[in-house]
Amino acid sequence: MLETLIQGLLLGGLYCLFALGQSLMFGVMRLTNTAQGDFIILGAYAAIASLGAVAVSPWLIAALLLPLAFGFGYGLQRQVLNSTLGRDPLPSLVVTFGLSIVIQNLLLQLFSADPRSIETDGFNTQSIALPGNISVGTLPLLIFALAVAATAALQWLFNRTQLGRAFRAVSDDREIAELMGLNAHHVYALATAVAFVLIALAGALQAMRTTVSPSDGPLLLLFAFEAVIIGGMGSFWGTLVGALLLGITQQIGFRIDPGWGIWFGHIVFLAVLVVRPQGLFPKTRG
Amino acid sequence: MSALLQTSDLTAFYGDAQALFGIDFQLTAGEMVAVIGANGAGKSTFMKAVTGLVKTTPNGIHFQGQPIGGLPPGEIVKRGIALVPEGRRLFPSLSVEENLLMGAFAKRPGPWSVERLFKLFPILAEKRAQPATSLSGGQQQMVAIGRALMSNPTLLLCDELSLGLAPIVIKEIYDALPALCGEGMTVVIVEQDVAMAQQVSQRIYCFQEGRVSLHGRSDELTREQISQAYFGISAEEASHA
Repeated sequence: MLETLIQGLLLGGLYCLFALGQSLMFGVMRLTNTAQGDFIILGAYAAIASLGAVAVSPWLIAALLLPLAFGFGYGLQRQVLNSTLGRDPLPSLVVTFGLSIVIQNLLLQLFSADPRSIETDGFNTQSIALPGNISVGTLPLLIFALAVAATAALQWLFNRTQLGRAFRAVSDDREIAELMGLNAHHVYALATAVAFVLIALAGALQAMRTTVSPSDGPLLLLFAFEAVIIGGMGSFWGTLVGALLLGITQQIGFRIDPGWGIWFGHIVFLAVLVVRPQGLFPKTRG
Repeated sequence: MSALLQTSDLTAFYGDAQALFGIDFQLTAGEMVAVIGANGAGKSTFMKAVTGLVKTTPNGIHFQGQPIGGLPPGEIVKRGIALVPEGRRLFPSLSVEENLLMGAFAKRPGPWSVERLFKLFPILAEKRAQPATSLSGGQQQMVAIGRALMSNPTLLLCDELSLGLAPIVIKEIYDALPALCGEGMTVVIVEQDVAMAQQVSQRIYCFQEGRVSLHGRSDELTREQISQAYFGISAEEASHA
C-alpha cells in the first residue's frame, strides 16, 4: 500500500506540472486553455525534434526550450488570445479548441502517429531502493521535486513580487489596474509566457518518462483540468494537492484493476465537483 | 491663468447611448472644484472620460495644454491625473500596503510614499498587511485615496467619496483634502451631498442629463439656483417632492 501511495504521489507530481500553467492562466485572466494538453505534446515534440537535429544532452535541450516557450507564450497571448478575452468565455474556449485541432494535425503531418520518446541514456529506468523493498524511479522523483519547486516558485512570484501584484491586480479588476498604469495585455502575455515555460517543461519530462503521440493532448488536458478543479481554480498549492490526490487515486485504481486507474480518478473528480464545486483550496477573494 | 484641465464640447458614449452632451469644463491649478448632480447626470462618466476609461474624441480634453482624449488610462495617469473611483474598487486579493503600492506603478516622481500616507492615515499603518477589503468602509476609502496619491498626481479626481460612509467618517476624509490643495494639487470631487460640496469647494459644476446645467463660485450660488439646476425644478417644488 505504501508503494502505491508513493507511486501515486510521483504520478501526481507530473500531473501538477501539466496543470500549473492552466491554473496560472485561469487565475490571472479567467482563460481556460483547452489546448493545454496539446501544447504539452507540442513541447515534447519540440524537444524530440531538436534532439534529432542536434546531438546534445536532452537536459540541455529541455533547458534551451524554456526561454523559447516563454517567447512563444508571450507572442501567442499578444497576437491571438488577448483578443478573445472579455466577459464572454466562449471566444477563448473556441479559439483554444481550434488551436488544439491545428496542433494535433500538424504533429500528425510532421511526425506521423507513431509514439516517440526522448532517449535519456537509461536515466528514465534508474531507481532508488528504499527500506521495505520499495524502489522509486529517479526520473519520477525528479519530476516530483520539480513540481513542488515550480508550485513554490509560482506562489512566491504571486505573493512577493511586483509582477505577482500586477497579476493579482488585473485578475481582481482590470479597469482599475489599467488606471494604475498597468498594460493589461502585457501582463496577460507575461502570465501566458510563464505558463508556457511550465508547459514546455512538462512536455519534455513527459517525453523522457514515456512515449508521446500527437493524439495524447486531450487526455493530458483532462488530467490537468481534474487537478486544477479538485485543488480549486487559481490556487497553486491547491493545484499541487489536487494533482497528488488524482495521482494517488489513479494508482489505487490501477492496483485494484489495471483498467480502473483513470476511471478512479474521474470518480474523485466528480465527487469533488458534487461536494465542493469550488475545489479544495479555491483562490481566496475578499 | 491658463487652464490645468479643459474640456470643450466633450461627448461620451456607452455603446450607442450618449452619456455626455457637449461638456465645457475648465479647471485652474490649485483649485478644489465640485461636480454635483443627481444619479445618472453624467458625473461619473465625466470622470471616466477624463481618465480614459470611457473613450472620447482626441481634442475633447486638454490637460496642461496637451490633448489627452482617447489616450489609454495608463498613459493619462503617467501625465498626472489620478482617480479615486466610485465604490472605492480596491483590489480584494491585495493587502492594504500592496493596494497602495499599486498606485505607484506609474512611477511618477513626487512626495508621496507609503510611509507618508501612513502618517496621513495612521490607522492604515496598523492594518498594512490585512486584505484591503477587510477594512471598514471609511478605512477602505482612505486606502483608495492613498492609492491615487501614490501616483503623485497633479490632478486628483474623487468620485463619490461619501458614498455609504458614516457622517463622522465623511468629515474626517473631507478634512484631509484641503491640505492636499495646499500642496499645489488640484482636486475635483463628485458629490451628491450639495451642502458638503458647497462647503469644501471653491467652484461648483452641476450636471443634469449629461449636460452642465449650472456652474459658478460655491459661495455665490443660491439654493434656488442649485435646486433648479440639480433637479430641473425650483427649491420650493423640490421641498414638496
